[in-house]
Amino acid sequence: MRFSKQWRPDHPSWLMRIGAFCGLAFMHVPVFIIILYAFTTEDRTYRFPPPGLTLRWFEVAFARADIWSSLSLSLAVAACATAIAMVLGTLAAFALARAKFPAKDSLTVLFVLPIALPGIVTGIALLAAMKLADLDASFVTIVMGHATFCTVIVYNNVIARLRRLPPNWVEASMDLGAHGLQTLRYVLLPQVATAFLAGGMLAFALSFDEIIVTIFTAGKERTLPIWFFNELFRPRDRPITNVVAVIVIAVTLVPILLAYYFTRPDDEHETAR
Amino acid sequence: MSLRAASTFFYRRPNWYLALLLVPPLLWFGTVYLGSLFALLAQSFYRIDDFTAQIVREPTLATYRQVVTQRANIDIVLRTLTMAVAVTIACAIIALPIATYMARYARGRMKAFFYVGVMLPMWTSYLVKVYAWRLLLAKEGIIAWVFSKLGLLGLLEAALETPGVGGPSLSSSYIGMFIVFVYMWLPFMILPMAAALERVPGSLLQASADLGARPAQTFRNVVLPLAVPGIAAGSVFTFSLTLGDYIIPSVVGAPGYFIGMMVYVQQGTAGNIPLAAAFSVVPIILIFAYLSIAKRFGAFDAL
Repeated sequence: MRFSKQWRPDHPSWLMRIGAFCGLAFMHVPVFIIILYAFTTEDRTYRFPPPGLTLRWFEVAFARADIWSSLSLSLAVAACATAIAMVLGTLAAFALARAKFPAKDSLTVLFVLPIALPGIVTGIALLAAMKLADLDASFVTIVMGHATFCTVIVYNNVIARLRRLPPNWVEASMDLGAHGLQTLRYVLLPQVATAFLAGGMLAFALSFDEIIVTIFTAGKERTLPIWFFNELFRPRDRPITNVVAVIVIAVTLVPILLAYYFTRPDDEHETAR
Repeated sequence: MSLRAASTFFYRRPNWYLALLLVPPLLWFGTVYLGSLFALLAQSFYRIDDFTAQIVREPTLATYRQVVTQRANIDIVLRTLTMAVAVTIACAIIALPIATYMARYARGRMKAFFYVGVMLPMWTSYLVKVYAWRLLLAKEGIIAWVFSKLGLLGLLEAALETPGVGGPSLSSSYIGMFIVFVYMWLPFMILPMAAALERVPGSLLQASADLGARPAQTFRNVVLPLAVPGIAAGSVFTFSLTLGDYIIPSVVGAPGYFIGMMVYVQQGTAGNIPLAAAFSVVPIILIFAYLSIAKRFGAFDAL
């Protein structure tokens, strides 16, 4: 018997350990590179290593009116889309979490379809509908597109939490004399609140840098991702593009970390189950 | 009291309660989303007049005929499909050690580190990541620099001379595009895979060891089969995302078109919405076919 060769849950093989850490590094290198390039003094090529480092491009970028207007448009769209999504997604999740009715399976599919199908399908479909309805692209059409897939994110977060909730909690609350609203207020909402917020945070981050659908519904409006997209194909201001990339990373980082914090696995709950 | 009465009313009548909850999201999804999908379908049965370049709003199959009979269009579909399959396989292979490590071995802080480490790049701006790869893959960029420092530039050039997948530089070759796709969708494979592996009871692994299996055997015969639903769930994302993407093939591009690019170009500069619509029906069909396969491998139980 070779005990040392046996499966020991706390000792992964070196091969797996190397694979895991290299894989994780692979996922992060590009992000670090982008941050590094925001400080490079080189403004014509993507030469590596950068010949020198400077903060100048941040100053130049902050003085640009087009970046500020794109940034505020993106923030406004994300705020509106997130607000709509948090209402619709939560309603849908509460409806489908426990109830059993004939059309339930089709509805479940419907509510995840916008992220199961490629974004371009949603985009071109919205455009096709706008053309048929003679609707011009505007702020409203961007929000309509974004709210649709943001709803899916909120729905997924909330329904996952509702499904983990023991069903007898609601019954216990009712047995103890609480009426429906009290049960909602004191039993359901405290449990769902963090999932609801996390869904909203992720929806905001998703909407803020969405490009695939937005291109079809934006018309002449320029959200920050559309500004960025145009720079990708007709690079005029490489150093400023690098700075905008860092701004985008910074703006989305906060909601993502908050979302993780709100939904991190709770060790006590895990062992209790 | 009236609120209380209302809540009792709805508690006693679950169908009314359900309707109250479902009507707003259903109205939205029914009109905005399904309405748009039907508009897309309708547009795909229109055609564009060759002389006036106006859309002719009469039902016809001419546009679909154009998609399925023209050699160039069939090539686009096959090219996209090949890339989607290759990317899915590569993602599954790279994700396996990461998912296994984070789900089965890492504990406490290390586990949190891995989960945050996978989530952060997943949610980092899509465009910024694509842009980063353009910097990395550029002729004067960091990958070429690393290869030259290691004295392996010849190897890189040999890879780029491979017919079919090579090109003048990494940023204008299918190899580069493949790397970017794998990078972009990797977290979408890791997370469902890790979720599936988290659910494997530790006692199964101990039983396997007790019965004399070596770690590699346990991994192959016990862990891997139990990871399959997770792989299937993750592959739905990698497959679907690759099929529909038009930005990566245009930014890190070899000359050949992909389905998404074709849709984008046809609706934009060409102004041919019917053809764009018909083309976008192709990934929808492919994905529904893929979903039905993935379902057999338990993809929906792992989501």
